[in-house]
Amino acid sequence: MVTAAFSREEILRWLGQVPDPEIPVLSITDLGIVRDVQIGETITVALAPTYSGCPATEVIEKSVLDALHEHGVEDVAIRRVLSPPWTTDWISDEGRDKLRGYGIAPPEKGAGKRALLRGDLDIACPRCGATTTERVSEFGSTACKASYRCRDCLEPFEYFKCI
Amino acid sequence: MNKESALLAYVTRLGDNALVLGQRMVEQVAAYPELEEELANANFALDYLGQARMLYAYAGELEGQGRDEDDFAFLRDENEFRNLLLLEQPNGHFGDSITKLVLFELFYFAQLDALTRCGDARLAEIAARAVKEIRYHLRHNTQWLVRLGDGTEESHRRVQASLDELWRFAGEMFEADGIDTIMERAWGGPSLEKLRERWLSDIDAILINATLDTPESGWMASGGKAGRHTEHLGYMIAEMQYLQRSHPGASW
Repeated sequence: MVTAAFSREEILRWLGQVPDPEIPVLSITDLGIVRDVQIGETITVALAPTYSGCPATEVIEKSVLDALHEHGVEDVAIRRVLSPPWTTDWISDEGRDKLRGYGIAPPEKGAGKRALLRGDLDIACPRCGATTTERVSEFGSTACKASYRCRDCLEPFEYFKCI
Repeated sequence: MNKESALLAYVTRLGDNALVLGQRMVEQVAAYPELEEELANANFALDYLGQARMLYAYAGELEGQGRDEDDFAFLRDENEFRNLLLLEQPNGHFGDSITKLVLFELFYFAQLDALTRCGDARLAEIAARAVKEIRYHLRHNTQWLVRLGDGTEESHRRVQASLDELWRFAGEMFEADGIDTIMERAWGGPSLEKLRERWLSDIDAILINATLDTPESGWMASGGKAGRHTEHLGYMIAEMQYLQRSHPGASW
C-alpha cells in the first residue's frame, strides 16, 4: 500500500537526479537509458545498457536502487531492456547542452550510421565553437568517448563515440 | 535435435565466440605498442565480454537448469566450448590481431545483422545491440589492415604472412552443421552460404585496397563448432577459469 503513494512523475524526477558514474554532469534520464517506470506493488524501472560491456551498468543499477530507497521507495526492481537498442540519439537535448558545458562535444544525431559511410561530420569544439577540429583517437578515457583536438583554440576535448 | 535445443546451442556458440575472442584481447591489455590502439583493444575486448554475458545469460534461461553467465564461462571444460578455431589462436603481433579481427568481424557483422531479423525476439534484440558495436570495430580494424598492407615493405610483408597463416581458419565460419541449418529453417537465421558469398566479395575489396594477395583456398581447419579444438584453447581456459575453479564462488 505504501508504494501507491508514489507517482510515475515523482519517480522519474528522482531518477533525473541520479548521475551517470562516468559523466556525472549527465543524469541517467538525460542519457536516455531510463526506458520505463511501472508503478505497482513493486516499482519497476526499465534500464537500457549503453554499450554491452559498459562497466558502469551495475553501478547505475545500484545508484537507482539507492536513490529510490532514500526517498522511501522500498520495493524496487530493475529490468534490463535491450530493445530498441540505445544509441547516442537517445541523449536528450538538455543532456546535449550539459555535455557541451562540461567540455564534451555532444554527438550528432544519426551520426553512427553516417560515420560508417563517410566519416564523422565536423565536430564543433565545446569550448570555442570552432569546427576546425581533428580527431586524435577514436577511443577515449571511457568506452563511450573519442578524443579530439580543436585547431582553433588548440584545446583537447572529448566527443561522444557515435553508435 | 529439436528447434529449442538448436537455439540453445546456437546462442551458446555465439557466447563462446565472444568470450574466447574477448579473453584473447584481454591478454593483450597494457601490452599494445601505442596508446590509441591500447584503448581500442581494451574497448573492443569489453564489448565482446559484454556480448558474451548477454548471450550466456540468455543461454542459461533457455536451458532452464539454473546456470548463469558465470557458470557458462568458468565451469565448462574445453570440449564444451564451441567457438571458432580462429578465435582461440594465440596472439602474435599487431598485424596478426588486426587480420584475425577483420576476418572474423566481417563474418560476425553479417551474421548479427541477419539475426536482428530472426524469429527469436530476445536473440534479435541482443544482435541489434551488438551489431552497432561491431560496425565501429570493423571500421577501425579495416582501416588498419589497409594501412598495414599498403604501408611499408615490412608491414606489407608481415601482414601478408598473418593473412596466409590465419586464412585456413576462415572456412569454418561458413561450414553449416545441423544447428546452423535448424537455426536457418526454423528461426529465420542466416544462411551461411549467403554469408560466405558476401564475405568473399567484402574481403576481396578490402584486400585489393590493402594490396594484399588473397591466399589460395586450400584445406580449411575445422572442429571448433563441434568442440574439437586446437591445443591452444585448453591453456587459455585454464588461466581464465583458474580463480573460479580453485576458489568456487569467489566474488569481488
